Amino acid sequence: MIQTDYKNDVLTVYLNGEIDHNRAANLRTTIDSRINSLRPRRLELDFSKVSFMDSSGIGLIMGRYRAVGLVGGELKIKNIPENLSRIIELSGVTSLGVL
Amino acid sequence: MNVVNEMHLNFPSKSINESFARSAVSAFVMELDPTIGELADIKTAVSEAVTNCIVHGYRREIGTVYIDAKITEDKLVIIKIRDKGVGIEDVKEAMQPLFTTAKDEERAGLGFAVMQSFMDSVKVHSVPEKGTSVTLTKKIVPLR
Repeated sequence: MIQTDYKNDVLTVYLNGEIDHNRAANLRTTIDSRINSLRPRRLELDFSKVSFMDSSGIGLIMGRYRAVGLVGGELKIKNIPENLSRIIELSGVTSLGVL
Repeated sequence: MNVVNEMHLNFPSKSINESFARSAVSAFVMELDPTIGELADIKTAVSEAVTNCIVHGYRREIGTVYIDAKITEDKLVIIKIRDKGVGIEDVKEAMQPLFTTAKDEERAGLGFAVMQSFMDSVKVHSVPEKGTSVTLTKKIVPLR
């Protein structure tokens, strides 16, 4: 279960727990259905409650970057906990201007 | 290289077991009193290797994933993660960052890059149609 919030054309998704390959598929489906029904100007992925993430989480970010781009929106990722900062940096997603 | 402890784990290649596998290895290395950072590095690398077995090794079937972990006298953690799946034709190519054969599933192609960055060494041995083994090692530096 994830909590989402939609206000002023901004869709915020509060991710939580561990994001791995097993979990990513469900998250992808949930987030994409919100993106396609709301067509937000901006999608914000909030990582403050995420305790673990492997490269499946990077795939999730890159995929949502494309998905929200298809409806004309932009992606921002925020509140990255210290323990995720290394994988985020290594992935190069910051070069997409999502931070 | 004196082995002071070891463990062996086999489980079916179901993605629900990714979490179990990294937690089990993480619990095993606890005796070395790793830092939170070292533990997170090991968990992440194990998660990547196990996911590779599930997503790539046993792409078309459920097989067995094998983990053999050892702790040596000089605080080296050696974790071998293997499958008896399809194997990799070109290991060098597979280890290139962003290379993936599973784009549709949103695989970022970063598994090996993460393992290499988070561990001290990563060794890959693969035989097509026989399987792949990945050996991860990391030295746990004692707190002073």
